[in-house]
Amino acid sequence: MIAVDGLTKSYGTATVVDGVSLTLPDAGVTSIIGPNGAGKSTLLSMVSRILGPDAGTASVDGVDVFSASGREVAKRLSVLRQDTHMTARITVRELVEFGRFPHSGGRLTPDCRASVTSALSYCDLDHLAHRGLHELSGGQRQRAFVAMVLAQDTRYVLLDEPLNNLDMAHATGVMRLLRRLADERDKSIVLVLHDINYASAHSDRIIAMRDGAVVADGAPAEVITPEALEDVYGMPFTVHRLGDDLVASYFR
Amino acid sequence: MSPHELTLEGTEAGKAPTRPGRSVGLVRRALPSTRTARVIASLSVLVVASLTVFLTWGVDGHWDYALPRRAEQAIALIVVGAAIAVSTVVFQTLTHNRILTPSIMGFDALYTLFATTLVFFLGANSVETMDPWIMFSSTTVLLLAGATTLYRWMIGDGSRGLYTLVLMGVIAGTLFGSIQSFMVRIMDPNEYDSLLDQLLPSFGALETDVLALAAVVMIAGVAVAFRFARTLDVLGLGRERAITLGVDYRRAVTWLLMLVAVLVAVATALVGPVTFLGLLVANLAYQVTRMHRHVITLTASILVAAVALVLGQALLQHVLHFNATLGSIINLVGGVYFIVLILKESRA
Ligand SMILES: Nc1ncnc2c1ncn2[C@@H]1O[C@H](COP(=O)(O)OP(=O)(O)OP(=O)(O)O)[C@@H](O)[C@H]1O
Ligand SMILES: [Mg+2]
Repeated sequence: MIAVDGLTKSYGTATVVDGVSLTLPDAGVTSIIGPNGAGKSTLLSMVSRILGPDAGTASVDGVDVFSASGREVAKRLSVLRQDTHMTARITVRELVEFGRFPHSGGRLTPDCRASVTSALSYCDLDHLAHRGLHELSGGQRQRAFVAMVLAQDTRYVLLDEPLNNLDMAHATGVMRLLRRLADERDKSIVLVLHDINYASAHSDRIIAMRDGAVVADGAPAEVITPEALEDVYGMPFTVHRLGDDLVASYFR
Repeated sequence: MSPHELTLEGTEAGKAPTRPGRSVGLVRRALPSTRTARVIASLSVLVVASLTVFLTWGVDGHWDYALPRRAEQAIALIVVGAAIAVSTVVFQTLTHNRILTPSIMGFDALYTLFATTLVFFLGANSVETMDPWIMFSSTTVLLLAGATTLYRWMIGDGSRGLYTLVLMGVIAGTLFGSIQSFMVRIMDPNEYDSLLDQLLPSFGALETDVLALAAVVMIAGVAVAFRFARTLDVLGLGRERAITLGVDYRRAVTWLLMLVAVLVAVATALVGPVTFLGLLVANLAYQVTRMHRHVITLTASILVAAVALVLGQALLQHVLHFNATLGSIINLVGGVYFIVLILKESRA
């Protein structure tokens, strides 16, 4: 369980995350949605120790993320950041190998190599493994970073907009992959999504943020409603049921 | 309490074609690593060749006189080269750039300032009778505390841009230099000048009193850098990725900056400031290895530095007949290179 209690972050007079308290389950897919600037990335950055909070605590399976050793946290929690810019000139495989760092301290064991190889093929990257990261398209690079997070093999996986730059086939592929990780490997996937229909189709739970606070939280059926979505995004929605899925329409 | 720590379901997961995938990976990995081995081997051969030239050129039969002196010089040059190379590579990884070096950021100006301060407050007489080891150690400790605090603050959370850092470094270097020359000015000129010459030598007059201590400190420092090599690899991915991969960023940066400070002290105590040597050897090492792994780049940079200094000194003695100092040649070449790098960066 990830327990977040009263996390707060301000820049000057603007409070961008305002006393958020949440518990995230130890398995399943949880999506975080909300408009630009809602504070989603800031919240995730604090939980992943990149950003120090002004107030509040966060713990992963009882390990306090702000006081525990980095390695202890990194064995439990992996993070995909929104920004995949990279200055280091490395190959895809080398990037994915870095995912093993918390476990092996950089010395790859045979187990490490096996999970690197499996992460690469999970993400459909076998044929690109030897390529330089700088020689990839945006979507291919995004998949390489997803593979690195998989290689880290943690119970909790935080992903900030993992569908950035992906075409439909690969976006659906990544969502299915995340779903499978949750179902087959009992992982807890927490991801920020802008496409609410992907959130609707694949999540067990959806958390909606606006202005630094959680404004809706529940199963897709509770959050993918015209009223709730209008409240979050400030624009009209219609919601249709198509087969098993709730599909929100907001194009006109 | 965390069942997932050790469960590596890697191989059985999904229908992944593990076997062929792995063997393809191995074949492809072999290519860059044999290349790396060749590069390191060639550099090592160059080091041995440079040393041979340096030790034997024009000895004219006075072996028992020339050899020990030259050997001592060669060791000093290698100690300096290794210290500057390693401190530069580490510093560049911490600041995510290939242009700034500890020297450019004012580390050795700070060393000079501290050495002068000691002379200033302790007085010339007591310093003259002081063991050079004590002088070296106390300056190093001052630099360790001062530089680590100052540059920790300058690097901050790693988000300052290159130009901000350049500017801060230039300001810091100039400031330390000005305070130092002000101190020298208000001291008794004759007495202190000669003393400072001794404290702050140049390539022309290698300071070998502290060579043994400097060599030990250098070896310890380089060993620490190699121990940190894998952490440095991760730091090279950027602050945020390093943190999410479990590096305790603040602690790692503090330790590594202390390491840089100690290595700068070693080099400066032996030959005084050589601003652009680090820039040259680090970038040459990156270019020949084309590697992000620090085990390799650190090794290559040490070898490149040894060749540059030892061969440079030999050529200086026998071809240019000391019509220039090695420091000034390095700074001329390195300075031009620095400007080229800055221009390239500003166009990128
Ligand atoms: N370093 C910073 N300094 C000042 N304000 C910041 C800083 N970083 C973020 N903010 C502000 O904090 C707010 C929340 O930003 P955040 O990146 O968390 O939003 P988000 O919900 O992830 O948005 P998006 O969907 O666009 O990624 C924004 O208004 C942003 O302008
Ligand atoms: Mg964001």
